[in-house]
Amino acid sequence: MASAHEVQVPLATRRSATGIPTGRLAVWWVLASEIVIFGGLLASYIMLRLHHPHWHEEAAHTNVWAGGFNTFVLLTSSLFAVLGHQAAEEEDGPRAARFLRLTVGGGLVFLIVKAFEWTNEIQHGFTIYRDLFWTYYYTATGLHGLHVLVGMIVLWIVARDAACGKHLHRVELIGIYWHFVDAVWIFLFPLFYIAR
Amino acid sequence: MSTEERSAPREHTPHPNYLAVYGVLLSLFAISVAGPLWGMWWLTLITAFGVAVVKATMVAAYFMHLNVERRYIWYVLLIMLGFMLVLFAGVAPDVLARSGQNWQHLRAVQDAHGAARH
Amino acid sequence: MASETTGKQQSFWSRYVFSTDHKVIGLQYLFTGMFMALVGGFLAYVFRMQLAFPGMSVPLYGVVTPNEYNALVTNHGTIMIFWVAMPVLIAGLGNYLIPLMIGCDDMVFPRLNRLSYQIFFLSTVVILVSLFVPGGGFGGAWTAYPPLSASAQYNHTPYGAPLWLIAVALEFVAFLLGGINFITTVMNARAPGMTPWRIPIFVWMVVIASVVFMASVGPLVAGAVMLLFDQLLGTHFYDPKAGGDPLLWQHLFWFFGHPEVYVVLLPALGVVAEVITVFARKKLFAYKTILYTSFATGIISFFVWAHHQFVAGIDPRMAHLFTITTLIISIPIAEMTFAFIATLYGGSIELRTPMLWALAFIAEFLIGGVTGIFLGANATDIYLHDSYFVVAHFHYTFFPIAIIAAFAALTYWFPKMFGRHMNETLGKIHFWGTIIPFNLIFIPLFVLGAAGQHRRIYSYEHFSQLFTPGLQSLRVLATSALVVMLLVQLVFLYNFFRSVWRGEKAEENPWKANTLEWLAPSPPPHGNFATMPSVYRGPYEYSVPGRPLDFWPQYAAD
Repeated sequence: MASAHEVQVPLATRRSATGIPTGRLAVWWVLASEIVIFGGLLASYIMLRLHHPHWHEEAAHTNVWAGGFNTFVLLTSSLFAVLGHQAAEEEDGPRAARFLRLTVGGGLVFLIVKAFEWTNEIQHGFTIYRDLFWTYYYTATGLHGLHVLVGMIVLWIVARDAACGKHLHRVELIGIYWHFVDAVWIFLFPLFYIAR
Repeated sequence: MSTEERSAPREHTPHPNYLAVYGVLLSLFAISVAGPLWGMWWLTLITAFGVAVVKATMVAAYFMHLNVERRYIWYVLLIMLGFMLVLFAGVAPDVLARSGQNWQHLRAVQDAHGAARH
Repeated sequence: MASETTGKQQSFWSRYVFSTDHKVIGLQYLFTGMFMALVGGFLAYVFRMQLAFPGMSVPLYGVVTPNEYNALVTNHGTIMIFWVAMPVLIAGLGNYLIPLMIGCDDMVFPRLNRLSYQIFFLSTVVILVSLFVPGGGFGGAWTAYPPLSASAQYNHTPYGAPLWLIAVALEFVAFLLGGINFITTVMNARAPGMTPWRIPIFVWMVVIASVVFMASVGPLVAGAVMLLFDQLLGTHFYDPKAGGDPLLWQHLFWFFGHPEVYVVLLPALGVVAEVITVFARKKLFAYKTILYTSFATGIISFFVWAHHQFVAGIDPRMAHLFTITTLIISIPIAEMTFAFIATLYGGSIELRTPMLWALAFIAEFLIGGVTGIFLGANATDIYLHDSYFVVAHFHYTFFPIAIIAAFAALTYWFPKMFGRHMNETLGKIHFWGTIIPFNLIFIPLFVLGAAGQHRRIYSYEHFSQLFTPGLQSLRVLATSALVVMLLVQLVFLYNFFRSVWRGEKAEENPWKANTLEWLAPSPPPHGNFATMPSVYRGPYEYSVPGRPLDFWPQYAAD
């Protein structure tokens, strides 16, 4: 990135006492902190869900097919992300960039489906105020959607650099984040859609 | 950050067959959607949540390359999950079961009755 | 890297405001924290005056209304923990010292580091602004229990409450970014030879604290989002009428809130370990045991949180469990204290100002720890809960952490940070002028609390049993001591700023210490070291028999 000229890369960044590159190590710690954020939210949800038997009836109104399709989309985009990483390790920047853009496309499809899904639900009266189940539903899927959006933006930037063969190691880093977002959805899907 | 960062020692492990992993993930996904169709709660539990755990582990192991990463990264992530279990175990008696809110001080009740009788 | 300074002259802005240098960022955190300490101290002064002289017009403030009183107390607590203890002990000292102590030129992510300070600065602005919005600052205590915090209908602060919450959330984000940076830096950027068991205790403590912070704050981040939705959107996460649960917030809050105590305690203990070894000229007693006990403290701290909720209607069976775990956690801390005392035993102790602060830490924290036993046991806590006994107890823990250890660190590393010495006489006047009034403030509060004085009361005039001349004179004593203690801080400020420019010049290693930061020039230039050091031994090799000098630096090859 352009601002890289403004700061010289310190020696510290180039050291690797653990053998794990610094960027990747930091991504793991980011994910560790994300696990507890989603973990706290979902633990609260599970407790209240088990406490309120009538939430099952509310959950029956979520759209399994939309959620299922989105699971498929995210899994596929994860595949693209990891293929991009493989291309980046083979020093093939343009190929990596193509895969990353496909991943962004997957994220976009996910959000579009989500937008239609939410619109439909809100139109049928299943708003955030209807029941605490729906409050959790919109909060959890919304927080996840925010992560998808942030991931797409960063993916796009990384893809732009990768296309010129720059910062290829970042392909792996954003990939790891994207797989994490995928893994979170793997749990959100049964929690909010399947279990009823 | 830098181009030098890539020069940090790292092993180029052979990539697994990602398409095969993807195929397994998709079939697991199909199972998780199909499971509830039978309407048995225990089957739903296994197919929905058991399969979710397997899927997430596979994504972590193959796509995030945790199976070739230093072992302690697993530990870090699992310890974080462990803390969530601690949170759940500590909070559930109050928020899930709420049995704690229905307790009575039997001795005080006894005393009150005793006082009323005299 | 070091050659960069010889290049173009940097402007004031790029050098001091938008710098990516870890030392500048550390000092930014430090000065922001010191400024907020003055704000927090002023808030304490105002509400203490109201308690000692109810209804009086407080000089420099005016008459305190009940709502203002609540806002003052709430923000005093919030600011002192999140905007003083955290930035000074972890972010300030951590940023300044970690790269120096592990022997590298900067943090691994300098720009992320700058971003974390900028977010922190923004959070500082937001919390200060929240005091002046219509309706006043948030007054629902730093714990922000719903329903009081969740609805403006109850707390009467439609703007103050959300702004308070946003400020705290931003502060969390800043420290998460900073924590990731600390952990990654220490894991990856250590100098050659700096094996895990050669890392100075302070660095270890900051890392453990960062991990504990990261693991504990997550559920509260989620909880804060839920609370913000309750406040701004009118959802019902914590509303029992709509199926929510106010106890859930208490759990999420204290699941973070109690580990947070150890998050700030551990770096403070690290400071004490560094200072006492240097001024006792003795090897740290049981280095590895201290580390193992810190790991144990970090882990056990996740199992004790509900001791804050013994009277909140939690399951009484769980209350017993949490009593046991709470009493267990005093073991590693006691062990660490013994290790420090054993370090002092037989050392050639030199009572310089930093050493006085470090010794005071051990003594005062001991009182805080011992009184905690009464509060950690559910039976006694039911009587003492929410009384001034609690207030006195946690000030005997937090004051040593956030103030005493911070002064130990400031006076100890001042020569490194500014290349000059602070005045020793003024330092000692400041020390005694702080420690004696501190005890005079809080010992009366123990007595008041044991007498049954509830902690969240605006004016005791309305409670005839608590408004006796005897109890009131204790309140006046505490308040007078507070005013004296705050005035004595002027001595420190004078000494600090005078010494920055006029102090006696300090050489590179004025205390004859072993750790790597004393190899760098004072103050260290951009890039820290002229040549990057290698490490040959542990950090506490003092008075080694057979050596000509009584210290053996980590960087010395022979």
